[in-house]
Amino acid sequence: MTAAVATAPETVPEDTSRLAGRLGSLLRSRRLLLGLAIVGVFAVLAIVGPMIFTNANQFSRAEWAPPSASHWLGTTQLGQDVLAQTVVSARATLEIGAGAGLIATVISVIIGIGGGYLGGVADEALSLLSNVVLVIPGLPLIIVITAFVHATGVLPMVLVIAFVSWAASARVLRAQTLSVRNREYVLASRASGEPAWRIVLVEILPNELPIIVSQFIFAMIFAVLTQAGLAFLGLGDPSQLTWGNMIYFAQNDEALTSGAWWWFVPPGACIALLGMGLALINFSLDEILNPRLRVYRPGRRRGTLALATTGHPEPAVAEQRTGGA
Amino acid sequence: MGVRYLSRKLGFYLVAAWVAITLNFFLPRLIPGNPVEVILSRQSHQGPVPPGEQAALTKLLGLGTGSIFTKYLQYLDSLLHLRMGLSVFEFPVPVATVIRQSIFWTIILVGTATVISFLVGIGLGVLAGWKRGSWLDSLVPSTTFLTAMPYFWLALILVYLLTQRIPAFPASGGYNPADNIGYNWPFLISAVQHSVLPALTIVISSIGGWLLGMRNMMVSTLSEDYVVAAEARGLSPRRVMIGYAARNAVLPSLSGFAISLGFVVSGSIVMEQVFNYPGIGNILYQAVINDDYALMQGIFLVITLTVLGANLIVDLLYGTIDPRTRIAS
Repeated sequence: MTAAVATAPETVPEDTSRLAGRLGSLLRSRRLLLGLAIVGVFAVLAIVGPMIFTNANQFSRAEWAPPSASHWLGTTQLGQDVLAQTVVSARATLEIGAGAGLIATVISVIIGIGGGYLGGVADEALSLLSNVVLVIPGLPLIIVITAFVHATGVLPMVLVIAFVSWAASARVLRAQTLSVRNREYVLASRASGEPAWRIVLVEILPNELPIIVSQFIFAMIFAVLTQAGLAFLGLGDPSQLTWGNMIYFAQNDEALTSGAWWWFVPPGACIALLGMGLALINFSLDEILNPRLRVYRPGRRRGTLALATTGHPEPAVAEQRTGGA
Repeated sequence: MGVRYLSRKLGFYLVAAWVAITLNFFLPRLIPGNPVEVILSRQSHQGPVPPGEQAALTKLLGLGTGSIFTKYLQYLDSLLHLRMGLSVFEFPVPVATVIRQSIFWTIILVGTATVISFLVGIGLGVLAGWKRGSWLDSLVPSTTFLTAMPYFWLALILVYLLTQRIPAFPASGGYNPADNIGYNWPFLISAVQHSVLPALTIVISSIGGWLLGMRNMMVSTLSEDYVVAAEARGLSPRRVMIGYAARNAVLPSLSGFAISLGFVVSGSIVMEQVFNYPGIGNILYQAVINDDYALMQGIFLVITLTVLGANLIVDLLYGTIDPRTRIAS
């Protein structure tokens, strides 16, 4: 399992002109700009939205109203403004996504890099753990835990999602660590007697930062989608405005059968757009920070596998771009 | 197939199964209060509770007598005898029966849809990778949007379009309730009719991943020396594409197929909710709404063990298809 050997970011020592060149090409990437723009708009909405629409749940007399000048996206069956709800929902959705993504990434860094660096029995045990967690179907587990705990608040949901979603990236990071561990500069610092924690934090971690960032982004996409799925199954906190909950209520009140498309289309489209924006950022980051992707190495086989199968198709996609050019 | 490879794989899945079973043992401890009391009081709302139920539940939920270790052994013993308790929501049907009635719907529908999605996605991926830059290839990036979409939302829109706007398919259920379940034509035909739309939504939402992965592996493989050599020898393009490039490029997708099964099962839970399909996901949903803990536990175990079993089979097949894995791992 020399997984992401080829996805190793060669960011070791580099002079400033190369860095500037990279930043330049980074900013010239239209896909990156598009992705950043999409995510940026949602981030701004998440911050500003609840200040503009202070009471998105406000009832009104205009029930089931289609989009009009006064309600740009129409209203719900209680006369609530769909636009206001959609905008306000951005905050909780992004909070859950970023929170669960962050926790999952921290766990995967500890287990992946820890195992990869320590090697031996610790590595065997930790990679067995990640493989087992990877193979146990996530959503049924999340559903059952959520139902048993009977807590649908933000924090329990974030923790449960993170708990089942760290395994794939731990595998990627472990494979990466295995390859970085034996590079000269790591061997050199080990020979000069640096403590293990310093080697991991100062020598290895920064080197894997691009991968960690991209794993975080994927974890965030997963978390947003999972949260939406849970909300749709009625396992979300109904008092909270998220895009998932909006679709849940739209479905419950038969928005579909009564033809109120304006109620269920916007929240779903927002989730899809956010996911696409995040994915675009990932693809372009990967493509630019990873010159090695241009070269195909047979050893990557398992690496692409681990990524592709968990809905993490990024190295392969970047390769598609560069390879196709 | 080497014995070492075989035993390694078997060992891994045994460990995974043990972890799932043990996790299941600890789940009831998450319930606030005394779960046996909670369940019994719910059951008594539904009808008279049989006398042995309290003791059986106590063992099953790992709340038996003695130390935690003896409780664990009692729990394992119950599982071995397929005693998974009684369902609350279909009281007093045993959990095992409820699961048996629903699981085939899911396996047949989701299984067929997954295989179709896999085959079509791989086929299109081969073509897109082979004819790089063609119109088919230029469609590939748009699959990003498809994969980023919440599955149930896509399904709801399709349901709206194909049952409300253009009434082409039945909107919900797994068969026409007027038919008798069994091997008779009216039932089989209505079951197929009811499965087309759900299957379509699964295929649409999952095909992009296969297409993308296969296309990229094709592009990589096409630059390999042996493909260039095959072309240089003047073999027909078709033979190079399928016999040389696709044959090697498909390997990661094949082994990815195993892990994707877990995601397929997850997707099907939501799917069955959208279509009110009588499968195991729907039962899980009912169990959640009704706080039917024993049923939830049973379903979690069955789903997990099924996915593990399918993974094991694919892994073993993969070992015979690609000899390198046997040596490498």
